[in-house]
Amino acid sequence: MSERRGVTPAQTVGPYLHIGLVWPDGRYVVPEGTPDGFWIRGQIFDGTGAPVVDALVESWQADPDGRFDHPDDPRGARPATVPGFRGFGRAETDAHGRYALHTLRPGPLPTPEGETEAPHLNLSVFGRGLLHRLVTRIYFPDEPANATDPVLRSVDPSRRDTLVARPSADGYQFDIRLQGEHETVFFAV
Amino acid sequence: MSETTRKLVLPGYRRDDVEAHPPLLSPGYGSTVTRAPQQPLSYLPQRLTEITGPLLGEGRLGELDHDLTRQHDGEPLGQRIIVHGRVVDGDGRAVPHTLVEIWQANAAGRYRHAIDNWPAPLDPNFTGVGRARTDAQGRYHFVTVQPGAYPWRNHDNAWRPAHIHFSLFGRAFTQRLVTQMYFPGDPLFFQDPIFNSVRDPQARERMVARYDHAATRPEWALAYQFDIVLRGREATPFEDEDDDE
Repeated sequence: MSERRGVTPAQTVGPYLHIGLVWPDGRYVVPEGTPDGFWIRGQIFDGTGAPVVDALVESWQADPDGRFDHPDDPRGARPATVPGFRGFGRAETDAHGRYALHTLRPGPLPTPEGETEAPHLNLSVFGRGLLHRLVTRIYFPDEPANATDPVLRSVDPSRRDTLVARPSADGYQFDIRLQGEHETVFFAV
Repeated sequence: MSETTRKLVLPGYRRDDVEAHPPLLSPGYGSTVTRAPQQPLSYLPQRLTEITGPLLGEGRLGELDHDLTRQHDGEPLGQRIIVHGRVVDGDGRAVPHTLVEIWQANAAGRYRHAIDNWPAPLDPNFTGVGRARTDAQGRYHFVTVQPGAYPWRNHDNAWRPAHIHFSLFGRAFTQRLVTQMYFPGDPLFFQDPIFNSVRDPQARERMVARYDHAATRPEWALAYQFDIVLRGREATPFEDEDDDE
């Protein structure tokens, strides 16, 4: 057996995160022009209602068939059939606290308990004043599987809607409230 | 079809260590007061989306991305340093072929960033961003210059100790980590609420690099070793105790 070691603690990305973390193609989980591609746009607010202009979100999701190109998926790693699908997105907020990700709807996922997780994206939120990332999920509003999703069902019903995006002109809107009224549900992973 | 009926067995990662990480609300660091969530975190089981993650690196790296002293026509001012180490998980297993991203201030303590305008000079030969991918043993290696300390407005006469920001992916969403590497013996630690937001002194020490004389390059550069430990896995009934070498 190898030694057990304590983890390295998290620290904030600070206000200068853009130097290290911004990628020109970060927001494109799939390239623009991909059939069925859409935008998830949102705004991040702090506890005073002010937009958070120095944050970054990262998304991770299954492909439209509910598969991952990853060796730890026990169903087998499978490259997405959609050209240019990365599964991962990264977008900084602008001067109005807004971010945007261009993606596809992921497929539903089986769980070890034999249930089905509704289509979702995992989202990490980094920012000045966030000493550790925040983790949340984006679900889709027009999705019958939400009713039986084990994670959504585990959340206080009065706060569930903070995890569900709203339809918008070119996709969906998903705002994030870090603190206070209508605070977004964040997860311990 | 067997694929849909076979029981899924997923690897599990040890839950996030609340003792090691800083509390989100750490009032000494003023910005946390309006940004830390007030509701308790909800429990997220580790299922397919959590135990997988982006395997990035190949194709994202330029030839000189690991050498912050060779990204411009001339050399940056400052003390050249080598920063190297291993990315491992909590069981000491190497995390191979994973992307490591860093960013930092220049030798004068100034960031090349629109909102950093304190009166220290920018260096035309220093951007302050680096990327590397760990090798099969989890090792990474950067060449840069010693970053300077800099003032900020968090409290009276506040100065950030010199640090390098590190971003790590590991192999799963659960292992994602952004941290800061500090330098040994920094006299500014005592007054820095970000460093001290980590309550456990032993955990805090894990953010401090070790001066590594053996890795210096004579007549060229000093060296620091900084190992990064990501979350380890829960043992599963199917895992042989001796299977990690």
